[in-house]
Amino acid sequence: MVANQITKPNFPLADHFDSPEQQVDAGKLGMWLFLATEILLFGGLFVAYAIFHNLHPELFKAGHRYLDVKLGAINTVVLLFSSLTVVLAIHAAQKNKTSMVALNLVITLVCAVTFLVVKYFEYTHKFHAGLLPGYFFTNGEIPAPDQAHIFFGIYFLMTGLHGIHVVIGIIVLLWLLVRSLKGEFNEQYYLPLELGGLYWHLVDVIWIFLFPLLYLIR
Amino acid sequence: MVANHLEEESYLTSKKGISSWLFTLDHKRIGLMYLVSVMFFFFMGGLFAILLRMELWSAGETIVKAKQYNQLFTLHGAIMVFLVIIPGIPASLGNFVLPLQLGAKDVAFPRINLMSYYIYVVGALIALSSLFVGAIDTGWTFYTPYSITTDGGVVVMVFAAFVLGFSSIFTGVNFIATVHKLRAPGMTWFRMPLFIWGIYATAIIQIMATPVLAITLVLLIIERVFHVGIFDPQLGGDPVLFQHFFWFYSHPAVYIMILPGMAVISELITTFSQKRIFGYKAIAYSSIAIAVISFLVWGHHMFVSGQSELVGMIFSALTFLVAIPSGVKMFNWAATMYQGSISLATPMLWAMGFFLLFAIGGLTGCFLGTLSIDVHLHDTYFVVAHFHYVMVGGTFMAFMGGIFYWWPKMTGKMYNETMGVWSVILVVLGFNLTFFVQFLMGAQGMPRRYYHYLDQFQIYHQISTVGSFLLGFGFLFSVITLLVSLKHGKKAPPNPWHAATFEWTETASPPIEHNFHHQPICTRGPYEYDQIAKSV
Repeated sequence: MVANQITKPNFPLADHFDSPEQQVDAGKLGMWLFLATEILLFGGLFVAYAIFHNLHPELFKAGHRYLDVKLGAINTVVLLFSSLTVVLAIHAAQKNKTSMVALNLVITLVCAVTFLVVKYFEYTHKFHAGLLPGYFFTNGEIPAPDQAHIFFGIYFLMTGLHGIHVVIGIIVLLWLLVRSLKGEFNEQYYLPLELGGLYWHLVDVIWIFLFPLLYLIR
Repeated sequence: MVANHLEEESYLTSKKGISSWLFTLDHKRIGLMYLVSVMFFFFMGGLFAILLRMELWSAGETIVKAKQYNQLFTLHGAIMVFLVIIPGIPASLGNFVLPLQLGAKDVAFPRINLMSYYIYVVGALIALSSLFVGAIDTGWTFYTPYSITTDGGVVVMVFAAFVLGFSSIFTGVNFIATVHKLRAPGMTWFRMPLFIWGIYATAIIQIMATPVLAITLVLLIIERVFHVGIFDPQLGGDPVLFQHFFWFYSHPAVYIMILPGMAVISELITTFSQKRIFGYKAIAYSSIAIAVISFLVWGHHMFVSGQSELVGMIFSALTFLVAIPSGVKMFNWAATMYQGSISLATPMLWAMGFFLLFAIGGLTGCFLGTLSIDVHLHDTYFVVAHFHYVMVGGTFMAFMGGIFYWWPKMTGKMYNETMGVWSVILVVLGFNLTFFVQFLMGAQGMPRRYYHYLDQFQIYHQISTVGSFLLGFGFLFSVITLLVSLKHGKKAPPNPWHAATFEWTETASPPIEHNFHHQPICTRGPYEYDQIAKSV
């Protein structure tokens, strides 16, 4: 049975696939399907955002002034840059430049951690100011303080879920880094890099939507 | 071809020891593990159902108190929906049969397949652990605001449903990738068996609907723990939004349940009529049509929940659309049997039972989809009877039919045909006795989810309770029939039903670990019975 398989010397072909192309295609299709589920997962929150924004537009206008646009913008740039470095890592693998793969993954990881650190400072500020969801909301300065918590509920839900995805992304990137340091990726086999990269792009794309929706309301 | 390789051991015996099962990547073994687990929870959910029916033997307190009654029907519903009928056919039969029918060596992602099984087990254990925190009494729908305020392990049970969703998503991703990328040479889309079309349509819904449930359940947990004010009206939230979110998943989920059932029936009807299926493409496309329409009808669960009249009318109209592809299937199956050489073997009898019960379940769905009538029937036993006719009478009959059909392939043993026939008879009789009277009392106004009732309903409840015992015995008898065959059954030939799909024509019963000795090549449609070698 294995004799029927079309193999490449540096490609670890699973024995239920007939060719590396089949394995690569299946892997990518599976990842795209998974990304579709991720978008639908966030879709629920986007619908909630739309409904509550429609019900209480004034709360969103008032609430967003308490978010730090500068920090949000910095994070946007950091994530966009990290998307570039993931692509560069794949590109390096295609050229058999193993050390460049690792380097680019490390830069991506640094960006991901930077994002979380900035987020930590943003969250700390909200905690001190009492700008929190539901019962925890204690800020008295904001207009309509009895309802303003709705905006911050949505803010924490959306950025929180996104933050969890950044953490998962860091784990995936670390796993890819370990494998690249073992020299597993080469011009024939870089499928895991591509799949991890796709996931990381999705994390970025979601942030691209979150940033204007939460920080730049006019 | 098969005879030359008889010395090679089957997938059941090629590797030995408990760890060869627990860490297996073989889709056939994973399918069997799912089957055993699903059956275990089916009987647990069934036990809760029997307790419910015993309580309803007389008005007022019979064996449990009102609160415990609420907990029992919640557990019955949650277990049957999330642990039995959603994973049921796709994860067990689908896992076993789909790669075989495609002529593939395994599913596209065997590790993810095993992972989805363990996620299922973990989810099931979390669900059961909610009993120790305090059984929940919200109903399986977890409606807010009650689910935010009631005591008990709501968070635990909701988290379990969240975890189980991942199992469902991974199964769906796996099947779609497998169907796209691992078909045998020559197997075009329209040479695929209709079972695959049904499972494929199911996988689409699993992927597109389950994430929305996931986020809904996360929001519910956060609402309950942190009070963020999304669903809680006291904090400015919208409880009806929860219903919208919930049914956006849970109505498509109804088709996650029934589409695989229809998929199985397509195989049974053709094989036991020994005739090419009538309207292959119509049946294939109708599965996809049902999958698409399923996303547009969730509002019919909310006709009395404070939707606008216009929205209600639109949802009502869209709901009737579902009847078209469902009808297409029913008529095509009937036309397939016309002038076929029908054999009334046990799997075919299950399919006949499906016909009868699903027709009743489907047609009463039209009553409920009618806006004005639903106002009267909403939250009565009419609804309970309707969805049991579709879910048990439809899906579960098909599930049993599929198990009896593929049993010789899975285990290599033939069961006792007389016992098989009797299990169908017992289940169909018991089922109708249990649920038909529920239409009658529902139409007269008996509300669902009450442990007490007016005296005029007692006769109906007692008939229903007697029926439930018969039904339970019927299912028990079916399982005994199967288990007895393991020890005493005759050895199954590779193709006992003279079927024409790969799992019967190209491999032994049970198959070897890698499914086929040679890569099967597809040269014909899946139901060309005149082209199968008689020797096989």
